[in-house]
Parts: sequence; structure tokens; C-alpha cells
Amino acid sequence: MSEKKTVRFIISRQDTPDSAPYQEEFVLDYRPNMNVISALMEIRRNPVNAKGEETTPIAWDMNCLEEVCGACSMVINGRPRQSCSALVDQLEQPIRLEPMRTFPVVRDLQVDRSRMFDSLKRVKAWIPIDGTYDLGPGPRMPEKKRQWAYELSKCMTCGVCLEACPNVNDKSDFIGPQSLSQVRLFNAHPTGALNKGERLETIMEDGGLANCGNSQNCVQSCPKGIPLTTSIAALNRDTTFQSFKNFFGSDQV
Amino acid sequence: MAGKQEFYWRRLHSLLGVIPVGLFLVQHLVINHFATGGEESFNNAAHFMEQLPFRYFLEIFIIFLPLLFHAIYGLYIAFTAKNNIGQYGYFRNWMFMLQRVSGVITLIFVAWHVWETRIAAAFGAEVNFQMMETILSSPFMLWFYLIGVVSTTFHFANGLWSFFVSWGITVTPRSQVISTYITIGVFIALTIVGVRAILAFV
Repeated sequence: MSEKKTVRFIISRQDTPDSAPYQEEFVLDYRPNMNVISALMEIRRNPVNAKGEETTPIAWDMNCLEEVCGACSMVINGRPRQSCSALVDQLEQPIRLEPMRTFPVVRDLQVDRSRMFDSLKRVKAWIPIDGTYDLGPGPRMPEKKRQWAYELSKCMTCGVCLEACPNVNDKSDFIGPQSLSQVRLFNAHPTGALNKGERLETIMEDGGLANCGNSQNCVQSCPKGIPLTTSIAALNRDTTFQSFKNFFGSDQV
Repeated sequence: MAGKQEFYWRRLHSLLGVIPVGLFLVQHLVINHFATGGEESFNNAAHFMEQLPFRYFLEIFIIFLPLLFHAIYGLYIAFTAKNNIGQYGYFRNWMFMLQRVSGVITLIFVAWHVWETRIAAAFGAEVNFQMMETILSSPFMLWFYLIGVVSTTFHFANGLWSFFVSWGITVTPRSQVISTYITIGVFIALTIVGVRAILAFV
């Protein structure tokens, strides 16, 4: 038998939100069809680093394990992506894992993605249907439009687009592509469109849409293939009309 | 409620880069191109521009104020970006980075160029073929001008591309690709006009 096949990981670790990051190396026995998460689970089972020293298990987030929840995003070999769909066989070794530092690091590979959920609240990324009485069924959506909107609805708030964006950083308060594309989605819905102006006004605020610098990294990086830059350009057009309406028009919408 | 100044400032910045600053750039390069027709042809063209009625008004409102705003706000934009072409080497990300770098180079070039020509003229120097010939006789200044002009035409052409996106004119990926080809054409054409003019003084 030949020598046992191994997998090498270099993992960026951080004990507390404020402490300095450091690197730790791990060597694991290879198993077929391993993904990054199964490797992290293996380390958790037996937290011993490459030097043979006992260490603490690595902290990371995960949930669905099928690339629809967005929780397990991290920077793998320099690229932000979901660790559940990152197959070891397809990765160059040593595999380097880092947290997405665009977000506050909680511990090791675990980050706090709250800012994206706050953005969704800020832009009112929902369809308001609550009333004091039964409002009845809403208008129907053409099937073709529904299929188109479905693509935008695939967003799982994973944070990869914000991590890839050069204009989302600690010097800027840019809201990022994720919530902007959701504005386009909910403005396209026949009932959601009742609040179209309100959502546009929100993304015209400081830190909003206008901060996009068209590097288009977001659309290249989105694991769900959402046309983020098309959404941004479409919103650029909508806000152009909105600002003209605000200045020259008199209708309060 | 957060303010909305940033939205309007960004849009104004994008607009001013094309109208009037971009249009002025095209006009300036076209006038320079008279130099390829010889000393007299250039001097006549330059003299005609100097004789335009309302010259100071035109200079202040078509050139200096828009340019000043575009430059200062552009510097702020350039330095709030955190470039990452190392990780994301996509074409548009390169353009994003080059737009910021060329903006800073262009600002340095234009500042020096205005000092050397327009401000010198205000102190009594005459702007003519000979003045440019003297400036460009130094190899360093020749390269400075060549780099400055290429950086300016690039910044204008690529800025035109993002102007179309920022105002919501090119929305679909296909229209953005076609607009890329068109603005590359603008870059090449203006660069030829600009560089030919410089070399005519050498």
C-alpha cells in the first residue's frame, strides 16, 4: 500500500472579536468526497494541529449544508464561497480558510452578518399585506415575470457579494449589492410595487445605491448567479426617474 | 432618516465628468490637433479660442468649477475604495482600479498643465506653439505629457461607460458590453488625436 493520502488546511483563527488573528495548520486523513465542512467536523472531533498539539475546535457557522442558507460562507483559497459546496477534491492544497473580514469576526471562521439583515429591514424587503380587514387576494403576476423574479429571490444573504465589493469596507458605509437587488425584486411584485417609491427613496439615502463603483465583482462572485449588476443598473434608472419626479413633479409617491 | 446629499453629489460628479468637462476635453484635444498642420495653424486656432466672447465666464463655468468639483469629489471616491484586483482579476474590476489610478494621475497632470499654461498666461506669458515646443523639448516633460494625455483619455472613455450605467441608460449586460466596445473606440480615437498633437510640437 502506498502512503496514506492526507489533506492540509491552513486556518485563520481568532479567539475573540477583538483579539489578533493567527494561523493554525491541520493535517487530516483523506476521505473520498470530503467537503470543507466535513473536514472542519473532523477537526472538531479530534482538535489536534499539524504539530501534534492539542488545540480548541474551530468555530464556524453552518445550517442547511446544501448551499441555500448562506450561513457557512468563508474565504476559501482567497475566494469567498460556501464551505458546504467547497469540495476538497476540487481545491488546491494547502486549503486556506479565512473568515469574511468585511463582517465583524465573532470567532475563528464565524462572522456576524447582521448588517445585511438590518439592510433588508431598512429597504423594507417584503410585501406588506397586513391590514385591519381582509384585503383579499392580490393581483396576479404574469408567469414569465414570476420566473424572472424567482432568479432574484434566490439570494440567501450569504455575504459573498459584500466581501467581493471594493466599495464595501471600513472607510465606506455602502449598503452593498445584496439588499439593492432585493429592492428590485420587491418593487417588481405587483403588491410590493405599492411601496416602490418608498424603497427607492431609502436607497437614495447616504450609503445607498450611488456608492456602487461598477467593479462588477459581485455578479462574478454570486454563488446563486443573481444578476446583481443588472439590478443595480435598473435601480439607477428607477432612481433617476424618482429624483426627477421629486424635483419637477408634484405627485407624492 | 439619513441625508440624500451623497446621491445627488455622486450623480452630479458623474454628469459633470461628461458634461461639460468631457466635452471640453474633446474640444481641447481637437484644437491641439491643429498643431499637426504647423505652427501658424495652431497659433490661429489657439488665438481664436482666446478671442471667444465671455471668455472668463466660459472658463469659470464650463471648465474650472466643474473640473474642481469633479477632481475633489473624485479624490474622495478614489480613496474610499479598497482595491482587490489580486483576488478578483476580472476586467471590470481592473477598469474600476484603473479609473481611480488614472483619475489621480490626470489630476496631477492637469494641475501642472494649468499652472504651466493658463496661470502662466494670466501672469503675462503667451500661449502659442513656441510655448509648447519649449515645454516638450525636455524628454521628461514629453513623457509626462504623453502619460498625462493617455491617462486623461482613458479616464474619460471609461468614465463615459460608467456614466451610462450610473444614470441607468445601459442596464442589460449586452448593452453594457456594447458600450464597452464603443468607449474603447472613444479611448483609441481620442488618444490618437491627443498624442499626434503632442508629437507635432516635438
